[in-house]
Amino acid sequence: MSSTFVVYVEDKPGVLNRVASLFRRRAFNIESLTVGHTDTPGVSRMTIVVGTDRDGARKVEAHLYKLVNVLRVDDVTSTPAVYRDLAMIKVQATAETRSHIMQLVDVYRARIVDVAPDSLMVEVTGTEDKIDSLLDVLRPYGVIEAVRTGRVAMARGGPRTPRLRRASAALRGPMPRVAREAGHAGPVPLSA
Amino acid sequence: MSRKAARTAGRRAGPRTLTGAQVVWECLTREGVSHVFGYPGGAILPVYDAMPAYPVHHVLARHEQGAVHMADGFARAGGGVGVAMATSGPGATNMVTGIATAMMDSSPLVCITGQVSSALIGSDAFQETDITGVTLPITKHNYLVTETDDIAPALREAFYIARSGRPGPVLVDITKDAQQGACAFDWNAAEPTPPGYRPDHRPRAGDLRHALDLINGASRPVMLVGHGVILAGAEGLLKAFAERTTIPVAMTLLGIGAFPGSHPLNLGMMGLHGEAWVNEAVQQADLLIALGMRFDDRVTGKLADFAPRARKIHVEIDPAELNKNVQVDVGLIGDVREVLETLLPGVAPNDHSAWLARIEDLRRHATARSIQSFEDDGHLYAAHAIHDLWQATRGTALVVTDVGQHQMWEAQYYRHDAARSLITSGGLGPMGFALPAAIGARLARPDADVWAVVGDGGFQMTMAELGTMVQEGVKVNVAIINNGCLGMVRQLQTFFYGARYHATPLVNPDFVTLASAYGIRGIRVTERAGVTPAVHEAAAHGGPVLLDIRVESDDAVYPMVAAGAGLDQMIRRPAQEAIR
Repeated sequence: MSSTFVVYVEDKPGVLNRVASLFRRRAFNIESLTVGHTDTPGVSRMTIVVGTDRDGARKVEAHLYKLVNVLRVDDVTSTPAVYRDLAMIKVQATAETRSHIMQLVDVYRARIVDVAPDSLMVEVTGTEDKIDSLLDVLRPYGVIEAVRTGRVAMARGGPRTPRLRRASAALRGPMPRVAREAGHAGPVPLSA
Repeated sequence: MSRKAARTAGRRAGPRTLTGAQVVWECLTREGVSHVFGYPGGAILPVYDAMPAYPVHHVLARHEQGAVHMADGFARAGGGVGVAMATSGPGATNMVTGIATAMMDSSPLVCITGQVSSALIGSDAFQETDITGVTLPITKHNYLVTETDDIAPALREAFYIARSGRPGPVLVDITKDAQQGACAFDWNAAEPTPPGYRPDHRPRAGDLRHALDLINGASRPVMLVGHGVILAGAEGLLKAFAERTTIPVAMTLLGIGAFPGSHPLNLGMMGLHGEAWVNEAVQQADLLIALGMRFDDRVTGKLADFAPRARKIHVEIDPAELNKNVQVDVGLIGDVREVLETLLPGVAPNDHSAWLARIEDLRRHATARSIQSFEDDGHLYAAHAIHDLWQATRGTALVVTDVGQHQMWEAQYYRHDAARSLITSGGLGPMGFALPAAIGARLARPDADVWAVVGDGGFQMTMAELGTMVQEGVKVNVAIINNGCLGMVRQLQTFFYGARYHATPLVNPDFVTLASAYGIRGIRVTERAGVTPAVHEAAAHGGPVLLDIRVESDDAVYPMVAAGAGLDQMIRRPAQEAIR
C-alpha cells in the first residue's frame, strides 16, 4: 500500500537532503519523489509517494513536521486528487513500423517530440497506469530508453491546497492535520 | 572608556559594524550564556581571538566529546542551554557522540563549529568535514553559515529551537571567512521567525475531558513519569496531582527526580532493570498515565505484552511520539506542565488504598530478595556502596552517572528527592558521559554536592577530563565503582553467552596514583565499612576527591527483563545462599 504526500518546504539549500534523510533514517521506502518551485517565491513543493499503510503515513506526516524547514504536509492519499506522471520514451522505428507507432501514440494522446532515421521519441503525460500501458504496447517495437518524472499530485477543488503567498503564510493558513488533531489552536476551555 | 562601558554604549547605539567572530560572542552574551565548553583549532580561531572582550567563561576540555558532555551536564543541571564549541573536521566529528547523546535525551544544546572558508568547501580541504551532513539525523536542526550577515539570525534561531518545544541539540557551522568578514550587527532584526516551526501545541478540550473520565474512573492507575516532566518544570504539579488522586508514580531512568523518591506514592524506576513491584504494578494496572516519556524499549519490554489490561493516556510535547511504540487511548499533545495545570482542577480526590496495598504487598515480597537485606559477608557489593553513598550524602547530592551496571544500581539504591539531582544518559548510553557531564553540572550549580559515579570502563573513556577539572578548579567527587571488568557486558555474557567472558576483563591503572598525578586526592575503598568515612572525607576536602571503590565483579543487576520478554518476566536475584 502506498501513501501520497504533498509537502511544502522552504526553498533553501539542503532541504531535499533533510527530507530524504528522514525517510532513510526512519526506514520508510520512497516510491517516488518530485520537487519543484511553486508560484510562491521561497516555497518548493514536493510530491512524495511512500510505501506505507495508514499508520505509517501518520508517522511520516508527524516526522515531516519535525523538520524545521517543512511548512506544510498534506496527505492526499484518500482525498480526491489529480495524479500525473510524465514520461519520454525513445523507441526503435523502421519505415514499416513508424506509422503503427504513431497510431498507438495517438490512441494514448501522447506526442512525438523527436524523429530520427531509426527511432522516435514519445512524450506522454498521465497516470502511472496509462504510462505503464503505453510502455507495454511499445516494448515489442524495441524501447531504447525511457524516463519518467514520478508522480505529481494536486487535490481537486479550490480550497484544499492553499496557495502559500509567502513562506510565512504557513503560519496563518489552515491548520496542518497533525497539529489540528493535536488541537494546536486556541486556549483550552475546560468545564468537564 | 572601559571595555564594558564601550560595549554598553555600543549596544544602545543600535546597529554597529562587527566581525562575524564578534557577532558570535555578542549573540552568546545576549542569550545569557555564561560558560562555553570547547577546544580551539584553525577554523574557529577567529572566534576564539574575539572572546576576551566578552563576559563569557571558556572551559577548555581535553576532547571535544568531553566539551559537549560538559555543555549537556551544564544544561541538565541548570535548566538553560549548554554551549559547546570546536573547530572544523576532527573537532566537529569528535562532538558527534555528545550531540547524539543530547538528541536522544532531549537536552538543549547549541554547538558551534568552525568550517573551512566557503571558497574551499567541497574541495576536501585540510580539516574539512561536512559536519551539517554528518549531524543531520542527530540534531534537532543545523545550519551551515557562509555569510557574516547570516550568523546572528542563525544563532538566535538555534537558541530558540534548542530550548523550545521538545528541546534538543542544534549545530551552527560557520565558515572561517564568515567569521572574519564584517557586517552591521542588528540584534532585533535577527529575531527568529522559522515559518515551519511550531512548538506550541495544546491538547483538545474533548481529549482532556476523555482523559479526566478515565482518570476519575480508574481503579488500578499508575503514572509513568519521564524526562519531559523535569524539562517542563512540572514536578510540583505532578506531586499535587499524585497526592490529590493518590495515584502511584513510576519513573523512567531519566524521570528520576521528577517525583520525590521518599514519597509514599513513589514506586521507583520501571523497565528492564526496574524494581519487580513497579513492573508488576504497570502490568496489572487498568490505567497508565504517561507523562513526558516516550515508551522507550528499555521501559516497555515486549510491546505485545505491555500493560495488556490498561487504558493509556499519553501526555507528550512531540506529536511524532504519539502512537509510535505503544498505541494509546488518549493522546494529549502539549507541554506537560500546561496539561497538568488544566487537568488538576478536574480530577476528583480519590482513594486507591486497595490498589496501593496490593502494590505494597508486591514490594514486600520483592524486598526479601533485595541485596540490601543480605548480611555483610566481607564482599563489597556495588549496591551497598551506592546505598551508603546515598546515606552519607543524606540524599542531597547531584549525582551524575555513566553507563552500565553502576548506573542501574544508582537508579535503584540512591533515592533522589529533587528534580535535576540525577543526570545520566538514558537514550544513547555513551560510556564516558559522567565525568565531563559532572564538570558541567558543577559549573551550572556551584553550590551542589556533585558526585560522578562511574564504572572503571567508562571512566577510562574520558578520564582526561580530570585535567579540565583541575584547571578549572571544579570540585567534583568521583566514585569509581571498580569491578575490574566491563560489568554490564559481562552480565550479558553470564546470562546469554554461556559465561564466555571475552574482551570484558580490564587491566586498570592504579586510579589513586592516577588521581595524585593530577593533584587530586585519591582514596581506595575495599570494604563496606570504608565507604561512609571516604564519602565524609571527600565532603570535607576542599578540592576534588576520587574514590576507587573495589567491588565484587561476580554480581549482576537484578531484576532483569531479557530482550524480547514481557515486563513481568523478570530474572530475579537469587537468594543469598545460592550465590555463595
